[in-house]
Amino acid sequence: MCTVCGCSEGETTIEGAAHSHSHDHEHPHDHSHDHSHDHEHHHHDDKTHDYGQGPAHAHAPGLSQSRMVQIEQDILGKNNRYANENRSYFAEHAILALNLVSSPGSGKTTLLTKTLTDLKDTLPLSVIEGDQQTANDADRIRETGVKALQINTGKGCHLDAHMVGHAMEPLAPEDKSVLFIENVGNLVCPAAFDLGEAHKVAILSVTEGEDKPLKYPDMFFAADLMILNKIDLLPYLNFDVEKCMAYARRVNPSIKIIQVSATTGEGMDTWYQWIQATHQIAMIGYQPKLAAVDADAKAA
Amino acid sequence: MHEMSLCEGVLTVLEDSAKQQGFKKVKKVWLEIGVLSGVEHEAMLFSYDVVVKGSVADGSTLEIIELPAQAWCMQCMNEVEITGRGEPCPSCDSYQLQISSGDELRIKELEVE
Ligand SMILES: Nc1nc2c(ncn2[C@@H]2O[C@H](COP(=O)(O)OP(=O)(O)O)[C@@H](O)[C@H]2O)c(=O)[nH]1
Ligand SMILES: [Mg+2]
Ligand SMILES: [Zn+2]
Ligand SMILES: [Zn+2]
Repeated sequence: MCTVCGCSEGETTIEGAAHSHSHDHEHPHDHSHDHSHDHEHHHHDDKTHDYGQGPAHAHAPGLSQSRMVQIEQDILGKNNRYANENRSYFAEHAILALNLVSSPGSGKTTLLTKTLTDLKDTLPLSVIEGDQQTANDADRIRETGVKALQINTGKGCHLDAHMVGHAMEPLAPEDKSVLFIENVGNLVCPAAFDLGEAHKVAILSVTEGEDKPLKYPDMFFAADLMILNKIDLLPYLNFDVEKCMAYARRVNPSIKIIQVSATTGEGMDTWYQWIQATHQIAMIGYQPKLAAVDADAKAA
Repeated sequence: MHEMSLCEGVLTVLEDSAKQQGFKKVKKVWLEIGVLSGVEHEAMLFSYDVVVKGSVADGSTLEIIELPAQAWCMQCMNEVEITGRGEPCPSCDSYQLQISSGDELRIKELEVE
């Protein structure tokens, strides 16, 4: 997969994005797909500087043409720049973007469809479906009446910020809406890839081990909310809820924890309160005029 | 895992700087990887060889410099070193730690010709 461009050798497909540039392209992106957020693909490579063949570098063999180049660049720098572009787009349009992460089968899609059904009359909603467990999860989502866009990452183990940027135009989430992003079922890789979301929400089901927060500490550290799902099954299991919550707080003392059953609906109201509250925060400072002027400028 | 895409990120930087700095071949790459970055060194080394094949860095060596993680213990008021999130303070066993470094993922320098 191309980390710069997010398009994995023809594997990544974004519905409606008609994004089919070949991969011998030399970045920076000379192909002209329109990003709704006008991002230019900056190259902040000016930090690169060459300090030649200093004597301090004994590992540069004397006679060859070898030289040392000091680079000091973040490997995830490009993803982080795309994430920042997404983040400012979300801020400008007061879109609350939530990145849902979990192991496969923890209940992301089930939680999502229940949530969409219950909230669609009170909030404008949309979904980016990046989970590849089942081919047509986006259809499951659309059955709720909420618009959804499937991103197939192919063999990819995470969504990245550039894929999400590309999804904005075909998906067109409304101003002041909530955008749910269902990430690939994986507790390792999505932790490293910022999508520009306001919050990562980690879903853990009680059919998994209670020590999962300790086994995957990076994800539980990166998440602001942990949803403990499938609590309807607790009577049949040996799952120690208190212990699990203590483990999560050990890696992330400020993590909020909500216990739900996405199938019975128990606890879901607390989750909706959390969404409403964070949505309120996302709308602070929203200037509709600014966005309208922007749209006019684009139309002209 | 994501070591593959991290290596692709590394290669992009190598190709960009080859163009800018006018070098033809990368011989060695030094990465700084924090112990909390979630990167498996073995997977990184393996992916690297696969990813750079046929590129400006074909046949180059990847050198991983592991950086330790520092944390401030709010219990014993010490700067301590840890090796994972969710670990207690090595001197007082408290979990009240504020982690200040250890998640680095950086390309440090290159040997080129
Ligand atoms: N008992 C129970 N099963 C659930 C619950 N939430 C999801 N499931 C089941 O768990 C399985 C995986 O759910 P899914 O939403 O596809 O998980 P995803 O891979 O994270 O998207 C499905 O069979 C769901 O019916 C729950 O709250 N209780
Ligand atoms: Mg799913
Ligand atoms: Zn592209
Ligand atoms: Zn201590």
